[in-house]
Amino acid sequence: MGIETEFGIVEPGRPQANPMLLSSTVVSAYAALVAGPGRARWDYEDEDPLADARGFRLQRAAAHPSLLTDDPTRPAPSGDDPVGTVDDAAGRDEVPPQLGATHRERPAVEEYDDPGAATTILSNGARFYVDHAHPEYSSPEVTGPRAGVVWDKAGEEVALRAVRALASTPGLPDVVLYKNNVDGKGASYGTHENYLVDRAVRFDVLAAALIPFLVTRQVFTGAGRVGLGQAGQAAGFQISQRADYIEAEVGLETTLRRPIVNTRDEPHADRTRWRRLHLIIGDATLLEVSTWLRLGTTSAVLWLVEQARTRPDLLAAVGALALADPVAEVREVSRDLSLTHRLTLEDGRRLTALEVQRAYLDAVRAAMSAEVGTEPDDETAAVLARWDSVLSRLAEDPVLCAREVEWVAKLRLLEGMRRRDHLAWDNPRLAAMDIQWSDVRPERGLYHRLLAADAVERLVDPAEVAAAVAEPPADTRAYFRGTVVRRYGAQVRAASWDSVVLDVPGLPTLQRIPLRDPWRGTRAHVGALLEECADAGELVARLTPSSS
Amino acid sequence: MAGQEHVQRRREDEEPPESAPPAAAPSAQARDAEVDSLLEEIDEVLESNAESFVRGFVQKGGQ
Repeated sequence: MGIETEFGIVEPGRPQANPMLLSSTVVSAYAALVAGPGRARWDYEDEDPLADARGFRLQRAAAHPSLLTDDPTRPAPSGDDPVGTVDDAAGRDEVPPQLGATHRERPAVEEYDDPGAATTILSNGARFYVDHAHPEYSSPEVTGPRAGVVWDKAGEEVALRAVRALASTPGLPDVVLYKNNVDGKGASYGTHENYLVDRAVRFDVLAAALIPFLVTRQVFTGAGRVGLGQAGQAAGFQISQRADYIEAEVGLETTLRRPIVNTRDEPHADRTRWRRLHLIIGDATLLEVSTWLRLGTTSAVLWLVEQARTRPDLLAAVGALALADPVAEVREVSRDLSLTHRLTLEDGRRLTALEVQRAYLDAVRAAMSAEVGTEPDDETAAVLARWDSVLSRLAEDPVLCAREVEWVAKLRLLEGMRRRDHLAWDNPRLAAMDIQWSDVRPERGLYHRLLAADAVERLVDPAEVAAAVAEPPADTRAYFRGTVVRRYGAQVRAASWDSVVLDVPGLPTLQRIPLRDPWRGTRAHVGALLEECADAGELVARLTPSSS
Repeated sequence: MAGQEHVQRRREDEEPPESAPPAAAPSAQARDAEVDSLLEEIDEVLESNAESFVRGFVQKGGQ
C-alpha cells in the first residue's frame, strides 16, 4: 500500500503566481538538496531521456516499451533512436504514471509540461514530482499501515525541507506547502491511497463491498473542513475535505466527476496477478492515528473481500449494507457532526455511519474466527481494537477522540475559538485556521502546535520518520528502487514503480530492470547483492546471466 | 504584536499555583481550559490578516 499526496502550494503575497512553475521549483529544490556531490541534479530533468520522452509524450510514448523492455538480456534501443522497434505495449504500464492521461483543460499545460515537469525519485523509494499544479509525494510501497504512516510523514518532511531550501536560497521564491485538499474556492486536489489487491477478486464485487465502507469511514478518517459546498458557498463545518467533490459511485475520472471507487486499472505490477485499487475519496490527514486507521481499516476490509472469493458467505453481512444513494450519503455523513444521521440502505434499513462501520468490523472479525488458523498479526489486531474503541467513543461523544481523529481535533480548536472570541462560522479567522492547520512548517502549522503541546497522539517515533526520508522500506521492491537511487544515483536514467533504467558507461544501450512483483527487490532478496556491487555496471552484469 | 500580549497574559495566569488537577475524566470545563491554553499558543502563530490570507489561498484543481 501507499499514499500519494498533492500539496497545496502558495507563494505568500503572490496569489497570482504560476502554481505549476512554483511546484516545479519546489521539486527541483528538493532534488538539488539531496543530490550527491558533483551531480548537477538541478537540471536533471533536462538531461534525462525519460523526461524528454515525457516532454514529447505523444510522439515518443510508443517508444517507451521498446526502450524499457521487459527482457534485461535484450538490448534496448537508445533514447535517441527513432521509434520502430516497438514491441507489444499492451498490458505494459507507462513509466510516468503522473503524466499519463491528464484529462485537464488547461492551456498552460503545453508550455509547462515540457521542461518544467520536475520529477525526482528519492532514495526512500518515493517519487516527488509535479502533478497538475501541485507538488506530489508518492510514498514508496509498504506492507502495513504503520509503515504507511512513517513514509507518509516522511513525505511531510520532504515537503518541509523543500520549503526550507527555497526560503534559504536567494533569488528563488518563498513557497509554503499545505497538506490539505481544498482551497475553499472550488478547487480540490487529492490524497490517493493505493492497495495491492488480488486480481482474482471481481471488480464489481470489490466496488460493491467497499462503497458503504468508504462513504462512512470519514467519521474517523475525515480531516475536517470549514465551509460547505465545493466553493464554500455556505458557512459551517463538515467532517471531510473531499466529500463535496465526490460526484459518482464508480468511475475512471480523478479530476472531475470524482468517484467513490476509482476504476483506474494501472497495477504497476503483473496485471495477471494483481490490481492496484486506487482510492481518491480520502482526505490528507496529519494526525497519525487518523492515517493509520484509514489504511488499516481499509486494508482489513480488502482482506475480507479477498477471503470471500472462496467463502462468499463471509461477505453476506457486508453485502446487505448497500446504500440507496451512496453519493448523496457522502455529503450527508460529512455534514453530520453529531454522527446521528441515518443512512438509507437498499433493503430499507436506516443505520448511522457508526453502525455501518461497526458492521464491517464485525464482519472482519467473524471472517477471522471463521478462517481456521487466521490469527490476526499484531498490527492487524491493534487496528481492529482501535477501530472498535474509536467507534465506541465517537458514539459516546466525538470529543473523546480529539487526540486521534483529525476532524474532531480541528473542530475542537475551532469551537474553542468561536466560544472565546464569539465568532460566527463565516468569520475568515476560522477559514484561516483551517488552512493553517496543515501548513507543513512546525512553527506555523496548527497541527504541529497541537503536537508540540501533546494534544494529539503520536504513533511513530520522529526518529523513524527522519530515517524514512532517506531510507526505503525493507520489505517491498521500494527497497531496490531506493537503494539503487542512493548507491548509483548518477547512473539511474529513469525509474518507475515497476522498473529501473540504468545508464552504464561503456554499454551501448540503457539497461532496464523490471520490478513486476512488488514483493521482490526486498532487502532480504537483494540487500547483499546491492552491497556487493560498487556501481551500476556490476549490478547489470550480475543481473544479466548471458553477459560476462 | 498581538501574539506577545497573549504570551504575557498566559504567564500571569500561570503565576498563582493551581490546585491539584482532577484525576477522573476531564469535565467539560477542564476541556475548555485545555482548549483555551492551546488557543493561546496558536494565537502567536495565526495569520494576522485572516481575510487576505484566506483570499490569497488559491489553488488549481488537482486529482
